[in-house]
Amino acid sequence: MTTEKRHRWVSYLLFLFMLIPALIALFPLGALILASLKPSTELMRFGLNLYPQFELWSLDNYTYLFTEGSIYFHWFKNSLIITFFSTFLALFFSSMVGYSLAMYSFRGQNIVLLLVLLVMMIPFEILMLPLFNMMIALNTVNTYAGVILPMLVHPLAVFFFRQFALGLPKELMDAARIDGCSEYGIFFKIMVPLMTPAYGAMAILLALFSWNNFLWPLVVLRTSDMFTLPIGLAGLLSPYGNNYDVLISGSVLTVIPIIIVFLFFQRYFISGLTVGGVKG
Amino acid sequence: MERMKSLFYSQKMAPYIFVLPFVVLFAGFYLYPVISTVIMSFQVILPGQTAFVGLQNYQKLLNPTFFTAFWNTTVYTFWTIVILIPLPLLLAVILNSPIMKYRTFFRAAIFVPALTSTIVAGVIFRLLFAESDTAFANSVISFFGFEPIAWRQHAGTLMFLMVGLAAWRWMGVNLIYFLAGLQNIPKEMYEAAEIDGANAFDKFRHITIPFLKPVSIYVLTITLFAGYKMFEEAYVFWEVNSPGNIGLTLVGYLYKEGFQYNQLGYGSAIGVTVLIIVGILGFLQLKVLGVFQKKEGN
Repeated sequence: MTTEKRHRWVSYLLFLFMLIPALIALFPLGALILASLKPSTELMRFGLNLYPQFELWSLDNYTYLFTEGSIYFHWFKNSLIITFFSTFLALFFSSMVGYSLAMYSFRGQNIVLLLVLLVMMIPFEILMLPLFNMMIALNTVNTYAGVILPMLVHPLAVFFFRQFALGLPKELMDAARIDGCSEYGIFFKIMVPLMTPAYGAMAILLALFSWNNFLWPLVVLRTSDMFTLPIGLAGLLSPYGNNYDVLISGSVLTVIPIIIVFLFFQRYFISGLTVGGVKG
Repeated sequence: MERMKSLFYSQKMAPYIFVLPFVVLFAGFYLYPVISTVIMSFQVILPGQTAFVGLQNYQKLLNPTFFTAFWNTTVYTFWTIVILIPLPLLLAVILNSPIMKYRTFFRAAIFVPALTSTIVAGVIFRLLFAESDTAFANSVISFFGFEPIAWRQHAGTLMFLMVGLAAWRWMGVNLIYFLAGLQNIPKEMYEAAEIDGANAFDKFRHITIPFLKPVSIYVLTITLFAGYKMFEEAYVFWEVNSPGNIGLTLVGYLYKEGFQYNQLGYGSAIGVTVLIIVGILGFLQLKVLGVFQKKEGN
């Protein structure tokens, strides 16, 4: 009885303690939404105070975004296209490599695995100068292809698919071969459906990465009509600019869709993230 | 032709076909740039003429701006490690405790900032830490009797903002790593320890900590690497030109020299130096923590 009572007290205390980090995590997002409801003109210069000032609340920033701020939806579209293609292609290539590393034994296998692990260690940032020269040579500066091409090698995704495929039943392959199925048929018709959870987890992670990616698009994209959301918004982030309505309401609209996806697919986020840490 | 086709469909050939696109992309977009940037770091590159200059670019690195960038990056990395390892570990241990209520809510709440881009996070930090004395942060410190601060303008407070932004965005990610590590510890270990009369602290010290070692090493490694290639957290406050270079990082310096001043050779030398620094620190860290003595496997 006494231990039970003590447990209950400890549980209350832990709950109260955990409220602190939870509030610190959520408060800034609440502040952003609050800011988006206030007149934006002086906001960046004078900052956000936390008096609600209900009399000043309006949806003007959003109205402006949908009427005058049409460039924002251009950025939104660019972000969607780049995120879709880079995620789709990276998933396609990474799953083939991961699957092949797990299910076959072939000469050079260890070299491929070593390459994967090696790439994980090289910061992409230091490759930007030669990559940019390459983009000039390929004529892909300021194009979607220029942003997407170097993003298709995702070692973490390869590693993830390898780990996942190691758990797939190899007997299925032999059975399918007896039935006359080709190696590619086995992959596309049998294994891809079995790897759906892995695709889900990696799709979410890669899409989030691409949606928020900053430095490389900043280098490659040159004109405002080609910008992605982070690049476009960063350009408005100057204390003497005059587009804070687009900046603030646009920031909110950039985050909200992702939070919604997260709330629905939380499990996938977490399984995608933890592969590197736990096995390593 | 028929033979080509049957080779393509053979069981021997299939794995090579599967890895081919990746290997081609890897060679084009990783291997070639690495080699190219190393070569460029020994060159001076002007339109139409390129000349090898030996170690000249590396000698040029011995200047105060590079040291400032190196120092800022190192201080930033140090603080992110100090904050982003013990704190998420503590929160994970609490969230993993069986008597904790509403675990999923807390885990989700702390993870949500990781969904924002650094730019959006930067917008929020710029709003909350604006210079006017009515802005949130300044009104809080005024309440406690301090003078308002121009947060972005001083080296110390700017570092606070950059580390704070990174900590806010990354806390939930590291929390999830540690939670996954904790869930891998067999429950029987704790039960056996309890029978032997161990208290909560003993259990933490002798079971939790050793079992979390692999996860901690992983988190430390990625935090170290992320720290030395930091760019965005500084960019949202000052882009690449800050007063007295208080917001200059190594990658920021590379970006500035390479893309703004077109110093491709010198920029490459900065990049290669970053690679060497990260390589040495990563190796030392793993060496000190004794990873290499361990046998294969988990």
